[in-house]
Amino acid sequence: MIRFLLRRVLWGMAIVWFVATLVFAMFFVAPRDVARLIAGRQASDQTLEVVRKRLGLDQPVPVQYVRFLGRLVRGDLGESFLTSEPVVNVIRRGFPVTASLALGAATLWLIIGVGTGVIAATRPRSLFDRALTGVALFFYSMPPFLLGELLLLFLFFRLYMAGYSFFPPGAYVPLTESAAQWARHLILPWLSIALITAATYSRLTRGAMLDVLGEDYIRTARAKGLTEGRIVYKHALRSSAAPVMTQFGIDLGGLLGGAIVTEVVFGLPGLGREAVLAITTQDLPVIIGITILSSMLVVVANLVVDMCYALLDPRVRVR
Amino acid sequence: MSVPIRARGPWQLAFERLSRDRWAIAAVAAIGIIVAVAVFAPLIARVVDHPPQAQYRDTGLSPSGIPVGPGRAFILGTDGLGRDILVRVAYGARVSLVVGVLASGLAVAFGAMVGIVAAWFGGAIDTILSRLMDVVLSLPFLVFALALVAIVGPSLVVSIVVIAFFSWASVGRVVRAQALSIREQEYIRAARSLGAGSLRIMFVEILPNVAATLIVYATLLIPSSIAFEATMSFLGLGVVPPTPSWGNMLADSIAFYKVAWWFVAFPGAALVGTTLAFNILGDSVRDAFDPRHDQTIVIANGEEKKS
Repeated sequence: MIRFLLRRVLWGMAIVWFVATLVFAMFFVAPRDVARLIAGRQASDQTLEVVRKRLGLDQPVPVQYVRFLGRLVRGDLGESFLTSEPVVNVIRRGFPVTASLALGAATLWLIIGVGTGVIAATRPRSLFDRALTGVALFFYSMPPFLLGELLLLFLFFRLYMAGYSFFPPGAYVPLTESAAQWARHLILPWLSIALITAATYSRLTRGAMLDVLGEDYIRTARAKGLTEGRIVYKHALRSSAAPVMTQFGIDLGGLLGGAIVTEVVFGLPGLGREAVLAITTQDLPVIIGITILSSMLVVVANLVVDMCYALLDPRVRVR
Repeated sequence: MSVPIRARGPWQLAFERLSRDRWAIAAVAAIGIIVAVAVFAPLIARVVDHPPQAQYRDTGLSPSGIPVGPGRAFILGTDGLGRDILVRVAYGARVSLVVGVLASGLAVAFGAMVGIVAAWFGGAIDTILSRLMDVVLSLPFLVFALALVAIVGPSLVVSIVVIAFFSWASVGRVVRAQALSIREQEYIRAARSLGAGSLRIMFVEILPNVAATLIVYATLLIPSSIAFEATMSFLGLGVVPPTPSWGNMLADSIAFYKVAWWFVAFPGAALVGTTLAFNILGDSVRDAFDPRHDQTIVIANGEEKKS
């Protein structure tokens, strides 16, 4: 078990290192003149010189690379070119917003996705199953930004015009300020992520459940007279959790690094929106910081999933 | 009287199943319409006499500068600059289809190559390529894609390459798994003993046997590539305005959704209609090749781990 964990952790660190190298190559080696990229087209030669010095761009590439990694290991992500704010602060500001968005949406999509998937699997080919297939495919085909826009149009604006204002059109209220307002402001963003992602989970759960329900031990459970509910929820659901869990790790990890589109549509000041802002203003340290952070989150999420796997299923540890 | 038995190959069987599938036929019809609209976009522009970039500030905007709704002059209404939405949606179809088809074609070709090479050579090559696929799959792709585009500068070609780069790994993984089992078949050994080289075995013996998977993947990657492109355009890092794409139209429409529902509705419907049609077709194609398989969306996520 320890060796298995160690191997996974090392592999995770290798990925983060790889990402850092890729980012370094993308931003400092590939562009012909990074200083000009940063200082802007109109910058004078003196300004360029200062920028080069400040960033250490006058050093050879390997030296820059080692310094870059060194700063990264110390958790120093540099300062924003635009505001001179430490990137760590930008992340610290954006993360609670993104985390609120991601965790709430994840809870919703697990409930919706797994719930409908189980019902569909226990009644295959029924009307519910067929209808669900259609609905799932529809939401699966919907790009998140479009669903966000539609939710704004119908659930916020049309209701608001009709005199009901249940759903605010976005903006973020910290959880520490008011839990009720926090949730109310996040309902539409949550839904716009959850409905789409739930489609995948619904299908995933249905498929896995159908496989498991055909197994011999389920027949045995039936033969010994267990209730259908016990069979479905206790026996079948547990064994079909594995593929759902894998997907969950990937999705949640990806989302925590910034639900870019949703944050942009609803104007939530999370990591994703910070990243887009930084990209449009060429604010390199912020882009680099968020990119590396989000890959770390994906890696950590995968690691957690692997650990859960290993705890649930001893066979995994051997491989 | 005995019923004559006709030999039918797997491709023939698949095609027959597909042509009996009502959903598949509907999807093909829908895709046909979209393709026709894209191809004949200039004709549509000519008929309604509104070039895609023309701004009708007098007729296309209300006196207070608000877009005009669907009506006789503008069948699907106008956008924030008084341009004809019908014409722009039609031109947008070109962008979406070109990006969708080329990006997924590129991804499938590259993924197939890497998957087959990894499986055939095995050993260190397999380890390196498999790890590479793992890494690509664990990149936060949207952030990376946006950052990449920000450096290179947005354009149609850049979009295609970036989308393909982030999609090939899931194909590679599945192809590798299949090729691993094909590699052990007798006919491969036979080909080898007849003196076939690695190249011949990989591309003449193995490739045709993973072709069904490749077709399924290509069909399922098209809608996700289209959505990916729309998302990049939406964020301002895809197709450069004023060239219309569904993504940048929807981005512009955000400022107007309270006063001009048609500005959101028509590009949105075109986008969802297209991805939905391709997803339905992809599903049916998969069912046609492998009737036992039941997991719809799962495959498209590249989460099928069989090895």
